[in-house]
Amino acid sequence: MEVPILKQGEVLIATIQAALTDNDLRTFRSALLDHVVRSRSRGIVIDVTALDVLDSFGTRTLSEIALMTRLRGAETIIVGVQPEVAFAMVQLGLTLEGVTTALDLEEGLAYLNRKAKNLRS
Amino acid sequence: MFDEVIVPISSDLDIVAARQNARSMAAKLGFAPIDQTLIATAISELARNIVRYAQHGEILLKVIEAKNSSRGGLMVVARDEGPGILNTQQALEDGYSTSGSLGLGLPGAKRLMDEFEISSAVGKGTTVTVKKWLKSL
Repeated sequence: MEVPILKQGEVLIATIQAALTDNDLRTFRSALLDHVVRSRSRGIVIDVTALDVLDSFGTRTLSEIALMTRLRGAETIIVGVQPEVAFAMVQLGLTLEGVTTALDLEEGLAYLNRKAKNLRS
Repeated sequence: MFDEVIVPISSDLDIVAARQNARSMAAKLGFAPIDQTLIATAISELARNIVRYAQHGEILLKVIEAKNSSRGGLMVVARDEGPGILNTQQALEDGYSTSGSLGLGLPGAKRLMDEFEISSAVGKGTTVTVKKWLKSL
């Protein structure tokens, strides 16, 4: 299951559309990093609304993406974590520490836009 | 509906299959969406442990009933004949891992479920049994 990555200006939008295997997640991580480098992106929004489980491996991979892209000067925002998924993550002991999150795609994009404006002014 | 399903685990594809099976079984049993997610997440961790440490094994999902009431529940048995765990006490500590992972799988699965049991013998394999009970109304 491939995750489509769309480019919108300086932002990349990746929407996870179905449950991903560990291998899918690894492939997604490489594809996204590759894309960030190629398109010189400033921000990445990863939409996980369709995920019904975010376990330790999934969370770790998302954190890694956020940390790796930060070193490239791009900020990653995870949007759409479902309430049940958030509950299970906290019980599991996962916090996504250091990773920015937002309610949905719209708020994620708004956050990145505000940040870009601040940088320019 | 089947009261018992065995999902063979030998690749990361099976991890997804196991948690999807568990979720649909839990939904049919009447578990709330939040409990379905807790069960699916716990199974994801247990199944990944099988793939990571033992390469293959199986996950048994079974409908159960409490001894002294008619309360229903779901039992999950994750079995493998892998290398086993030297110190199960240590394996249940947050952050302990022999594979460089986060070390949250076993202790996390324990927190996500109502009951948790582990038995393991070095060189013979590991069996983790977890249960989730339906909340009485």
